Amino acid sequence: MVTEAKRSAAEQMLSAMPAPAGEAGWAREARAAARTRLLESGAPVRRDEYWKYTDPAALTTPLRLADGGVAADRSRDPFTVLTDRVALFVGGKFRADLSAPLSQPGLAVATLGETLAQDISVMREIYGVLEAAGQEKVDRPLASLNTAASTEGLALQATGPGGVIHLRYDNVVEGAAMVRHLIRVEEGAELTVLESGVAANTVIEADIADGGKLRHIRLQNEDRVAIATHLFAKIGSEAEFKTFTLSADGGLTRNEVVIEMTGDNGRGHIAGAVLAQGESHIDNTVFVTHDGVACESRQVFKNVLGGRAKGIFQGKIFVRDGAQKTDGYQISQAVLLDDGAEFSAKPELEIYADDVACSHGSTTGALDPAALFYLRSRGVPQKAAEAMLIAAFAEEAIEEIDDDNLADAMRAEVERWMAGRG
Amino acid sequence: MLKIKDLAVRLEEEDKTILRGVDLEVPAGAVHAIMGPNGSGKSTLSYVLAGRDGYEVTGGSATLDDEDILEMDPEERAASGLFLAFQYPVEIPGVGNMTFLRTALNSQRKARGEPEVSAPDFLKLIRAKAKELNIDADMLKRPVNVGFSGGEKKRNEILQMALLEPRMCILDETDSGLDVDAMKLVSRGVNALRSEGRGFLVITHYQRLLDHIEPDVVHIMAEGRIIETGGPELARKVENEGYTDIMKSVA
Repeated sequence: MVTEAKRSAAEQMLSAMPAPAGEAGWAREARAAARTRLLESGAPVRRDEYWKYTDPAALTTPLRLADGGVAADRSRDPFTVLTDRVALFVGGKFRADLSAPLSQPGLAVATLGETLAQDISVMREIYGVLEAAGQEKVDRPLASLNTAASTEGLALQATGPGGVIHLRYDNVVEGAAMVRHLIRVEEGAELTVLESGVAANTVIEADIADGGKLRHIRLQNEDRVAIATHLFAKIGSEAEFKTFTLSADGGLTRNEVVIEMTGDNGRGHIAGAVLAQGESHIDNTVFVTHDGVACESRQVFKNVLGGRAKGIFQGKIFVRDGAQKTDGYQISQAVLLDDGAEFSAKPELEIYADDVACSHGSTTGALDPAALFYLRSRGVPQKAAEAMLIAAFAEEAIEEIDDDNLADAMRAEVERWMAGRG
Repeated sequence: MLKIKDLAVRLEEEDKTILRGVDLEVPAGAVHAIMGPNGSGKSTLSYVLAGRDGYEVTGGSATLDDEDILEMDPEERAASGLFLAFQYPVEIPGVGNMTFLRTALNSQRKARGEPEVSAPDFLKLIRAKAKELNIDADMLKRPVNVGFSGGEKKRNEILQMALLEPRMCILDETDSGLDVDAMKLVSRGVNALRSEGRGFLVITHYQRLLDHIEPDVVHIMAEGRIIETGGPELARKVENEGYTDIMKSVA
């Protein structure tokens, strides 16, 4: 039963958002259903089990959306040197005038507004559908809010190989940004999505058809107050989804990744590196559902925590009845650089098939003093020795990235973070 | 070169005194050996000289060419020419041996105000040094000491010594875990580094290493003190009579 307080907070979150107009009937229905979901679940509160380690208060304040602004300096964004196919969102608004021509051979791109106004759209099977399915076991009210109210974002349909798109959010004005992307990877097609910058509330729904491949690399290293992201992926037979997020510093960051392998022999890999100091609070919450037979899932999260930073990992592997030959793996580790840093991990397995291999592990500790002394005894200064050990620690998450250039870009970010560390 | 005077050291965690006034002087060009039973404080002496945490110096001094090394950080001691070959070299997953060696060499050079060695020059240098110690390219590429056999680890220590060219080398139980062939190889590496300007302190429990690395002076350590000093014949006496008799005769 939703409490009155939770429901009323949800109402306030909804009423702060302008009502989208001129949309097709199916879109209006999807929005209404999302509103209902949000009102029924209510806004998240600290007492909710799923928010035990992260106080959602900063995320449930009604959003005041930003308006306009100019593009920021992107020279520090490593993705800009890897691709010029950038879709730029300034103050939460998509700016076609500042973006590259987005459609490429094998990749059709439309804005969310165009997509939701069309009577017939392949995105109809995705919008709000994956998000709703992802709430089967746990409420995700902030994702429902996004479905109910978001008006900015892109719909990407990959029909061939080689597609790359860089989604970048510039927040240079006061106010929040809410973004929603829809992705459909058709049978045998491939797409790489890069994301950088931060928006207060981001949802991506990705439907990967049989044999399709989706790669997602995300960089969250810019100043931010409080953000929540949701990534929902549905993975077909022989299809593959790999996502990696590097989160550095900033305020409250909650990243939920929710995937379901619906076909046989699918693969879903979710990795992340967290580099946090000061008062940062970075929460990676992952929910992996195995439905098909012989699917493989991996969760690899490495947290480097200094100052009074908090790292959270909640990871669940849910194996449905009949999902035999499941291979599920999960590891979350933290290195605490200072006494005030904290790491909390909550691994969960829920298994209804009898022929599966699932493993999980979690460790927390300081940098190995023996290794530090060994390096220093050879003349490596303490900070450099620490940096070497931290890079080695983060590497185990970064090596989950297939593409060497992208992996190198993330290594460079780790190096930069360490160089900037006090 | 290395002067240790009345050095007293306490193990912080256990509040236990390990070294009770060690006096020792190793001149440049000399090889001194320290032998002693387990628990005599040999390894503690090597760790204290290299600067490991956890030990409190309660008295005495240790200088390298008149510089007080006990006041320095471990990396400063290394840059000023002190090297400890570890009894148990540490495995460091994820840090490539080559990266480690190059960072170590260039950090020391930088600390001494010398120009850094470029990547191609370093490659040439390390290949030449590695060849002398039968260290193949694969061992250089792998993470530091990870999956190395006991012999490979010790050879990697000597490689570091050959590369860093320290003035004062301390070898802590370098023979432990080595078969005869590996011991010969390691000893050859050490002997190749013997020179007029370089001092060695070879810590060992057994005399057999000293057949390969012949010391000029042998010290016997027991209960945190040097109890006897002599020539190479002292090592053979230990081999024949054991430590117990020597300790009795001194007492």
